[in-house]
Amino acid sequence: MCLSLPARIISIEGDMGQVSVGGVVFQAGLQMVEGVRVGDYVLLHAGFAIEKMKEEEAMETLRLLKEMEDAINGSDGDEVC
Amino acid sequence: MKFVDEFRQRSQTESLARLIAEAATRDYTFMEVCGGHTSAIHRFGIPSLLPDRVRLLSGPGCPVCVTSADYIDRLIALASLRDVTVALFGDLMRVPGTLLSPAAAVAEGADLRVVLSAHEALQMAQSDPQRKIVFSAVGFETTAPGTAVTVMQADSEGRDNFYVLSAHKLMPPAMEAILKDGTRIDGFICPGHVAVITGASAFDFIPERYGLACVVAGFEPADLLMSVLMLIRQVNSSSPSVETEYSRVVSSKGNQRAQAYLAEVFEPCDAQWRGLGHIALSGLRLRDRYRRFDAGTAFRVSLPESTRASACICGEILRGLRSPPECVLYASQCTPEHPEGACMVSEEGACNSWFKYRHDE
Repeated sequence: MCLSLPARIISIEGDMGQVSVGGVVFQAGLQMVEGVRVGDYVLLHAGFAIEKMKEEEAMETLRLLKEMEDAINGSDGDEVC
Repeated sequence: MKFVDEFRQRSQTESLARLIAEAATRDYTFMEVCGGHTSAIHRFGIPSLLPDRVRLLSGPGCPVCVTSADYIDRLIALASLRDVTVALFGDLMRVPGTLLSPAAAVAEGADLRVVLSAHEALQMAQSDPQRKIVFSAVGFETTAPGTAVTVMQADSEGRDNFYVLSAHKLMPPAMEAILKDGTRIDGFICPGHVAVITGASAFDFIPERYGLACVVAGFEPADLLMSVLMLIRQVNSSSPSVETEYSRVVSSKGNQRAQAYLAEVFEPCDAQWRGLGHIALSGLRLRDRYRRFDAGTAFRVSLPESTRASACICGEILRGLRSPPECVLYASQCTPEHPEGACMVSEEGACNSWFKYRHDE
């Protein structure tokens, strides 16, 4: 029950939306996330979107990870992902 | 899957494992306090990527595991009333009560039905107005706002056949209780999804008052290893603080909309934790304004006497004092098929994860 997964919003009707988790569609309450649109990613937990996923922050973490990889492998660094 | 696969790259885990091995210059013990972390750590084999000097312990982070037998008994008693249906999360079905688990109670005629959300329980109440629906509200700060939203919706509809039996719990008071008990750890892998709601700042008291390292972590292999590395670096530099590795969803202040829903519907109360006992102001109960939805006051039920003695050491496991194989029941009388203790029931319990992924060790 504690599972929370990134889900893409595929439709919105009032406070409720349909979201896709890797192709599986669930109903999600959208009351806790402000100004979301179809196509946005949210974190789905027990039938509610509890936060918007922040793409920029995800990229920043991946950039840090890549830097660490490069440092330890002594490479020049490729594009992130 | 976006936001998942990118954090599961072998090259990341290999580099992080090497960096951790280089940074680990002494013994370290870190505790994860989220059932999702416990499960992910074992599923991804994280301990096998860490040097022997770095030990991970599982704390009381599985809401199913810490739900008391008394609460389970109450659910079963409610579901045995003639016109009542109890709607509960599937993980609770096999949790042992004093005499029965919910699954065994269903076999004896009690009406317990699995739902995926509080909203689904409210839909049951809407579609069958003659039947009283009790939603079993279990979970930490992550889950409780969903219950709050649903109670407010039931209130605005004027619904009179929807109730909540709250066993919602708060994580920071439990972490503090463990620290006061004197657990010897160097830091916490802080619960990422609790922090989505509360904000990372909810854990500031840990470095401030107890001088321990804290990293709010995500749930993929790179997240977990990165967090361990950040914890080691905090310990090495003697500069404990709260850092957030899981920044793609966690902010310092958290989800303030969700916090507002929580504050509107619930107020803190003392709570009983399986294995940890009574912890002051660690639970959530409905405020007076919403008390009419409280199944605890709306229905009178009699409960079996809690006389069940067991050699189960779930309590010590939840406090990180002992590990699952140290229990005499582990893998003999207590298995995922026939659980004796709550830590073996839930997918996110320490004993269950250990049995599934580390039993050969």
